[in-house]
Amino acid sequence: MRLMNISKLLLISTAGVMSAILSLAALGADSLKIGFVYVSPIGDAGWTYQHDQGRLQMEEALGGKVETKYIESVPEGGESERVIRQFATDGYGLVFTTSFGYMNPTIKVAKQFPKVVFEHATGYKSAKNVGTYVARFYEGRYLAGIVAGKMTKSNVAGYVAAFPIPEVLRGINAFTLGMRSVNPDATVKVIWVNSWFDPGREREAADVFIAQGADVVTHHTDSTAVVQAAEEAGVWSVGYHSDMSKYGPKSHLTAATHHWGDYYTKVAEEVMGGNWASTDIWWGIKEGMIKLAPLNQAVPEDVAKHVAEKEAAIKDGSLHPFQGPIKNQAGEEVVAAGTALTDEDLLKMEWYVEGVEGKLPK
Amino acid sequence: MLKIEPRPQPSKQMAYLSPLIAVGLTLVTGVIFSLLVGLNPLSAFHAFFISPIDDLYGLGELGVKAAPLMLIAVGLAIGFRSNVWNIGAEGQLTFGAICGGGLALYFYEVESAWILPIMILGGAVGGMLWASIPAFLRTRFNTNEILVSLMLNYVAILLLSYLVHDPWRDPDGFNFPESRLFSDSALLPVVLEGTRLHLGIIIALIAVVLGWIFVRKSFVGYQMQVAGLADLAALYAGFKRKRMVWIGLLVGGGAAGIAGLCEVAGPIGQLLPSVSPGYGYAAIIVAFVGRLHPIGILLASLLMSLLYLGGESAQMDLGLPSAITGVFQGVLLFYLLGADLFINFRVKITKTVATRSVGEVAS
Amino acid sequence: MTETMVGILLATLGAGTPLVFAALGELVTEKSGVLNLGVEGMMIVGAVCGFAVAAESENLWLGVVMSVFAGAGMALLFGILTLTFQANQVAAGLALTIFGIGLSAYIGLDYTSVALTGIQQIHVPVLSDIPVIGPLIFSLDPLLYLSFVAFGAITYFLYKTKTGLLLRAVGESPESAVSLGYPVIAIRYMAVLFGGAMAGLGGAYLALVYTPLWVEAMTAGRGWIALALVVFSTWRPARVMVGAYLFGGVTIIQFHVQGFGVDIPSQLLSMLPYLATIVVLVLISRDINTIRLNAPASLGKAYHPSV
Repeated sequence: MRLMNISKLLLISTAGVMSAILSLAALGADSLKIGFVYVSPIGDAGWTYQHDQGRLQMEEALGGKVETKYIESVPEGGESERVIRQFATDGYGLVFTTSFGYMNPTIKVAKQFPKVVFEHATGYKSAKNVGTYVARFYEGRYLAGIVAGKMTKSNVAGYVAAFPIPEVLRGINAFTLGMRSVNPDATVKVIWVNSWFDPGREREAADVFIAQGADVVTHHTDSTAVVQAAEEAGVWSVGYHSDMSKYGPKSHLTAATHHWGDYYTKVAEEVMGGNWASTDIWWGIKEGMIKLAPLNQAVPEDVAKHVAEKEAAIKDGSLHPFQGPIKNQAGEEVVAAGTALTDEDLLKMEWYVEGVEGKLPK
Repeated sequence: MLKIEPRPQPSKQMAYLSPLIAVGLTLVTGVIFSLLVGLNPLSAFHAFFISPIDDLYGLGELGVKAAPLMLIAVGLAIGFRSNVWNIGAEGQLTFGAICGGGLALYFYEVESAWILPIMILGGAVGGMLWASIPAFLRTRFNTNEILVSLMLNYVAILLLSYLVHDPWRDPDGFNFPESRLFSDSALLPVVLEGTRLHLGIIIALIAVVLGWIFVRKSFVGYQMQVAGLADLAALYAGFKRKRMVWIGLLVGGGAAGIAGLCEVAGPIGQLLPSVSPGYGYAAIIVAFVGRLHPIGILLASLLMSLLYLGGESAQMDLGLPSAITGVFQGVLLFYLLGADLFINFRVKITKTVATRSVGEVAS
Repeated sequence: MTETMVGILLATLGAGTPLVFAALGELVTEKSGVLNLGVEGMMIVGAVCGFAVAAESENLWLGVVMSVFAGAGMALLFGILTLTFQANQVAAGLALTIFGIGLSAYIGLDYTSVALTGIQQIHVPVLSDIPVIGPLIFSLDPLLYLSFVAFGAITYFLYKTKTGLLLRAVGESPESAVSLGYPVIAIRYMAVLFGGAMAGLGGAYLALVYTPLWVEAMTAGRGWIALALVVFSTWRPARVMVGAYLFGGVTIIQFHVQGFGVDIPSQLLSMLPYLATIVVLVLISRDINTIRLNAPASLGKAYHPSV
């Protein structure tokens, strides 16, 4: 009797497990598993946070058709290869690797898993199953620069930057060009804090700018410290990554914000539909990957109008922030009138435009 | 009432038992935690300890991560045994990577079997050079080596950052902060087909053996142990403290430098702004959890490595945030360190005596 | 020009204060003969707990109090391990840091994008309008004033009170202290808890005053710098202050140099605070006697009363 019961129990539980496995398999058949590799914790409030927002937006948009997982704080270089590979071996059909340093590992793993689709952010190496994507952050920077150029009284802006890589330089230059397009006397000071991620230092750098007479500060680092420092000191600030106005209700002029969700949704749909192909994507204001956060109420009507016009011009392609004539710091014309920098020139940018103070070491 | 009293002799049994007790306690904690956050403890256990190493590649990864920890910890332990506090392995690792990796870039066009040995030598020399700064300042100016070695970590990392952002940048790399990919003859061979397990693990295992011989057999090892046990006694014995400082730091630095080179010439294959996910710090813990003994270090490094891998697979399988891994690692380390008490001490249950105090009534 | 100078000095005070709190606390801990390398872990748990409580209760000072308790709580863990369970102090401290960084990230999951107005400066009426002195002395934030008070109190305590003398005696020779009938372990517990509470305050300064926000790993290595400063100070409170402001000041000055646009790679400039600390320590420690006099002789060694 007792034996009977146990065997019955076993039978029932086996059936249960079997059906669970079957239903899982069924789920696996139509849902696409998507992996995300993040360089910092999703709580970094900056770069990774925005990517995770994109992931959530995609999940929402595609409902039960996708299943996503992420691994955060994955160091660039040797470590990431294992994580990327793990996603591929675990049956993930699409893997987003969201930091430049994942480029070589992504390419390496992609070679071993030709059926898995990889999308690498901000890099320049692609393959048959590796697409790249990057946003035209600089378009947002240019527009934010216009606002800053109109609002500054001291004509000095401070730019807290992490590391001198092309992406950051593009932002500094676009911001400077935007400022000087409406205020030819404006200059931009730069401090490199040599960290993506140190609120204390970011604040210290902002304090230094303010002491040196800057009345607008902005940043290319991962926290909100610069906006908060500006709020405290009573100068203007321009945020980055996300709308940071709640950290500086009075001082926050606007922000160049990142929106990855639409792109992630599109890629996932393409992979599911079987019509994905490797591309090198540069989306910007036009596609909504970059947006300008709502302007501060203190920004006058005419400035807001001017910014809106320029935004529209970028959208319809009649304005390129890096449109000639552009001079470098030595005053030499590097982009002639009537031409604009190519994407390749932008990708490897390593010089300052006129109006940026200080030198990039050669 | 519980009373802790020293044993007349360290307990041999406990020396083996205490790590097991610690692991047991961690598992219990893990079960409680899993239940609290509504996870199945079994699947949590599986995710943390089984799934990272359930295939050949996973085992290889275990070795890939354990190798630098093992190598550095064996080197550091030799210094720690004589109270030479080298907290600067991270910087020595980085400088070793700079020197060894720099050679790889310098000989970029050259295809030769000699390149790799030269690079390894370069890594070792680099690590030793970086460690010789605190050693020199300690012996010449009496400057505390904890501070100097720690500060030099930051300096080395900034130096590497400068090099890859500017002079050593890949000329075809669109000005991104990376060096060129090393040529094939500058890459460590893989020792286990189908994995990333590279020559570094062999070097680390050799280091364990050498460390063991050094500690057990050699006279210097004896000297250093004496110096560690009692500064004064060593002084009377006529040993020179300065020599200990130099040996302790150079061995630790050399090991860390080789580990750094093995990272850049192994899994990474180029110079990046950051070449170590904190191996230099983690190795200090490995050294102590391994009780400064090479064999203990071997086991501790495998455990530490498994914890990292487990953290990743817990994120993937269970969706746990990476924060949990740190908490879990910390807890296990606490237990491991705490359980060592029972080697040298025993807990005695004493009967309450006539005098009453609040504490005794409570117990 | 004066305005720039005042700006530099003010920024230096701000940058140095988290270090002052954490390093003064660690100094007291080390004076009792205990080396706690877990400052970074205690600081960050202090920061997140303070921020979380302040955000929930909308009371910043409740947050500060929570930071203190959280730091002390972490220190208690360390104390149990090293003082009761006789674990190795170096390893236990490092483990505490790993644990603290993980724990703080876990606690902080819900607080990442919470905005908080930090603790504001006190503007002493009339006096704060005096040029130079006004902004530098009479309009600082309350925790900064507290750091000065803490410095005074700790100096007084260590060198002018009997308990302070006892604490130092325990750090010098626990054996003789216990033979005189003093409770060595209890005293060390107190010192460790105090160190944790101060590290928690350092965290509170970061998360509630300096950069009122929570992001993971926001202490960014300041706990390590604080540890180094204790060594740097050769265990003397006044030198902790000098060291913290030197470190903060060099950071600020190198930013100023960058802001003025000087042609030196920023990475090399960023090395300056670390190099300056080493150089000054080398100069200080050339005289071996100052260190002998001040370094607690039993530092880092486990002690069991019945050995």
